[in-house]
Amino acid sequence: MDPVIWFFLLGVLAGFMRSDLRMPKAVYELLSMILLLTIGLKGGVELAQQPVGGLALQVLAVASIGVVLPLVVFSVIRALSTVARADAASLAAHYGSVSVATYAVGVSFLATRNVPVDAQLPLFLVILEVPAIMIGIVLAKGAAARSNWGGVMHEVFLGKSIVLLIGGLLIGWLSGPVGIEPLEPLFFDLFKGVLALFLLEMGLIAANQAGDLKRRATLVILTGILTPVPAAMLGIGVGHLIGLNVGGMTLLGVLAGSASYIAAPAAMRIAVPDANPSLSLSASLGITFPFNIFIGVPLYHEAAKWLAGAGA
Amino acid sequence: MEITEVKLLTIIAEAVLEPQLIEVVEEKGAGGYTITDARGSGSRGVRSAGWTHNGNIRLEVICTSDVADDIAACLRERYYADYAMVLFVTDVGVLRPDKF
Repeated sequence: MDPVIWFFLLGVLAGFMRSDLRMPKAVYELLSMILLLTIGLKGGVELAQQPVGGLALQVLAVASIGVVLPLVVFSVIRALSTVARADAASLAAHYGSVSVATYAVGVSFLATRNVPVDAQLPLFLVILEVPAIMIGIVLAKGAAARSNWGGVMHEVFLGKSIVLLIGGLLIGWLSGPVGIEPLEPLFFDLFKGVLALFLLEMGLIAANQAGDLKRRATLVILTGILTPVPAAMLGIGVGHLIGLNVGGMTLLGVLAGSASYIAAPAAMRIAVPDANPSLSLSASLGITFPFNIFIGVPLYHEAAKWLAGAGA
Repeated sequence: MEITEVKLLTIIAEAVLEPQLIEVVEEKGAGGYTITDARGSGSRGVRSAGWTHNGNIRLEVICTSDVADDIAACLRERYYADYAMVLFVTDVGVLRPDKF
């Protein structure tokens, strides 16, 4: 197992055993900034080296995953449970949107195995983050309902994850591999170490969220475990259709199968106040995130290999 | 030394509400405010300052009694039902009442 995963387990254990281990907020923010910039820069540098043809069509296909996923999640949850409309819509937004930490674990997994990844994946990460959140809000309120769209749009498009990912992509693209070389020690060489520390804190937070899991535990656990795999298969399938390599298919699967725990909770809290925030958060962070990093990522990689082999 | 009595309005609420709270405070005519990160526990469970999404802030406003009433009424109507929020008013003395 990738050693960074052990750090997550350490965090979970420390959290459950009520250790006094806590990561200062500023350190956590810095680590997440480095991760986001690294992912953006890496993609930008690779895009500068090998221009990608047919990008517009690929972007459209990826965006459609972000539209289809929340609609399906919402319909299935509404059909199979008695959960309130606002809560189902919030879950749909979380599961349609993406988790950068899961993506980073996927990148680390593939790097350990020397699997090459298409350059445009960080761009797909940006594209998948947004649509589901807007659809979730519309599902909760109906399109006609008055809501503070200005504030929500600001939250979604100018949230730090989008700003840093797009900023990193542009800087990497403009600088190219030679220009970015002096920055490599911080952003590329330290990637695994930063990810390990970040996952330690994620473990602490996840333990906290799992502890929150009292009401509607069945719904949360079932949603958390049953959503990622079919969603990831959709991502892998679309990745195959738009001609990604095995690494790219794996990561698109990881993105589709992951659930947001930063952008979506903040936006839903503002836009859909009557949705219970701990319901979506304990599903995405307490269940789906650990599921994906332990079982999901290797599983999606196998599925991508199989599909690529079957298509060849 | 002449001390004038004004109100100190303290709001403890979810960190995610910060921009909305500031908007209300400014709109109702308060001259300024102070925000600090806060943590604690209450009817909505433990709220830690460590992580943005279940973090709390403590927003303090020194203002006239009318402004404090306006802000409190507005926040109660908009946010009490769905958000973790505690709000209280105390009397404080200040030296420069024109500031508030």
